[in-house]
Amino acid sequence: MRFGEYGGQYVPEVLKPPLKELERAYKKYRDDPEFREELDYYLKNYAGRETPLYFARNLTEKIGGAKIYLKREDLLLGGAHKINNSIGQALLAKKMGKTRLIAETGAGEHGLSTAMAGALFKMKTRIYMGTVDMERQRLNVYKMKLHGAEVYPVDSGSKTLKDAINEALRDWVETFEYTHYLIGSVVGPHPYPTMVRDFQSVIGREAKRQILEIEGRLPDCIVACVGGGSNAIGIFHEFLDYREVRLIGVEAAGEGLDTDRHAATLLRGRKGILHGMYSYFLQDEDGQIRTTHSISAGLDYPGVGPEHAYLKDIGRVEYVGVTDREALNAFLELSRVEGIIPALESSHALAYAMKIAKEMDKDEIIIVNLSGRGDKDLHTVMKYLGE
Amino acid sequence: MDKKLVSFIVAGDPNIEATLRFMRALSKYSDIIELGIPFSDPMADGETIQKANVRALKGGMKVSKVFDIIREFRRYSSTPVVVMTYYNPVFNMGVENFVRRLKEVGGNGLIVVDLPVEEAGDYLSICRRYNIGTVFLAAPNTPEERLREIDRACSLFLYLVSLYGTTGVREDISNLAINFLKRAKKICKNPIYVGFGISRKEHARRFIEAGADGVVVGSAYVKIIERYGDSEETVRKLEEKCKELKEGVLEGSKNTLLRR
Repeated sequence: MRFGEYGGQYVPEVLKPPLKELERAYKKYRDDPEFREELDYYLKNYAGRETPLYFARNLTEKIGGAKIYLKREDLLLGGAHKINNSIGQALLAKKMGKTRLIAETGAGEHGLSTAMAGALFKMKTRIYMGTVDMERQRLNVYKMKLHGAEVYPVDSGSKTLKDAINEALRDWVETFEYTHYLIGSVVGPHPYPTMVRDFQSVIGREAKRQILEIEGRLPDCIVACVGGGSNAIGIFHEFLDYREVRLIGVEAAGEGLDTDRHAATLLRGRKGILHGMYSYFLQDEDGQIRTTHSISAGLDYPGVGPEHAYLKDIGRVEYVGVTDREALNAFLELSRVEGIIPALESSHALAYAMKIAKEMDKDEIIIVNLSGRGDKDLHTVMKYLGE
Repeated sequence: MDKKLVSFIVAGDPNIEATLRFMRALSKYSDIIELGIPFSDPMADGETIQKANVRALKGGMKVSKVFDIIREFRRYSSTPVVVMTYYNPVFNMGVENFVRRLKEVGGNGLIVVDLPVEEAGDYLSICRRYNIGTVFLAAPNTPEERLREIDRACSLFLYLVSLYGTTGVREDISNLAINFLKRAKKICKNPIYVGFGISRKEHARRFIEAGADGVVVGSAYVKIIERYGDSEETVRKLEEKCKELKEGVLEGSKNTLLRR
């Protein structure tokens, strides 16, 4: 299955049968009422759905433009949207008879939500994490261990998310008979980009119902950050057919798009193949994948989900960049005026929303997907500010 | 038909001149040299070859220099050279451009680890057009129908992965591999070469006895390069290892004939 020309299954031969098995199982259970019911049960009673759509009155007044609403995925168990997908896939893995979960993690949020799902469904869990990320997300490493997961340090390559994926794939090649690889974003070989999108699109379904209830109309604009792109697809998907709703994906511009220290794949990357998918990647002239930089570990990835590549090409979603500094300012601003500490990832979306809200009318509406909370980032922020 | 030994090293590990010396040494006992293009994200490789990729890239290895190596090697050797790569460097250069250049410098075949047959339509017709041999991999969990499809896509040999896992030296060879080999032999028309985890004479002999048409060895050589670097010692040890493996192939071959 492809999104336009993007996607596919570019994997070593040994992974073809397990991907087929996964595809079959997913097809079988995605519309199975019992599975849906069980998933909804855990999303509601365990993870804490639905999440509020909160009108950020103080922030709106301070900026003096469009109304800014926050979709509060930060209030979920674990503090990020990642749990929507982890519970979904873990439940599926259980049905498939798998006894072990593996996952990659950058910011640690996906690792954490997988560790939780592993505890919940009594599955052995191993999380692959780059040593650079382990250092900047120490708190999440400890939390994962509390849930009984093994955190496996990855010291190869750039020692971040992409290398954690490589290492998880190497594990899966050996252990697929009893292990499910729980990919945390809308990346990887088919069926992952579709499956993860489906599990995350609950965000957009809720947001649409909520904004219709509150405002009686659809928003003018939705803004979300894009690393691999799961929270963005999650909130965009329900709105794709409403052309009047402007959709904006925000990439990490790091220290600037014109430096080589950023992670803006769609803005600065080229078409290529990595991690089983045909999509955009940051790469050098020889097709070697580049090292990326972002203040937020969750956006520090040189690729992007194939559906985003497609949505960019057809012009349905606009992709823009926000720098480390701009994201940090948004982080500080929301903490100060609303008493909400946003994740550095989500702060990228917030920063861009604040920028455009100024130029919009007061009766216009922006929804920002506040995909996670920022407790995990305090260490990074303190270091950045020299405190 | 003669049983073959395929010897793999990473191009540019640790530099181009050394690679040429290593190829020369290996070609004394090998029937085919398999030359790996280093990649930033070698997800099908175990630690040994991953590190070789890093060494090569650090040493400034570029895709175009792989062609230079083969061109130079051709000045004094006719041993067939098959290039092993991940798909992105090929895609990035343009498949046709890549294949044409490989042919021009005297390359004989191409293995793209992460390009399964479904995605290989254009690739196959380009390789056919330029007369570059194709090699696809099959694994012990490959179903029969798929194995036939893979066999049809191969023109040089079929590369049978002996285990569930990445490349790398292993202690022993598994029944899984032997059984799969026997199954594949009944189905496939191409010669079948077994690889992954083969590092000793004994391994080579047993796979040949079980019906393999060849064996592929990589990490066992790369480990020598890792340990002894760019030195005469490395050349000598590569030659020794290669000779040992070739003896395994020949012994296996003899035993097979005797049994018949």
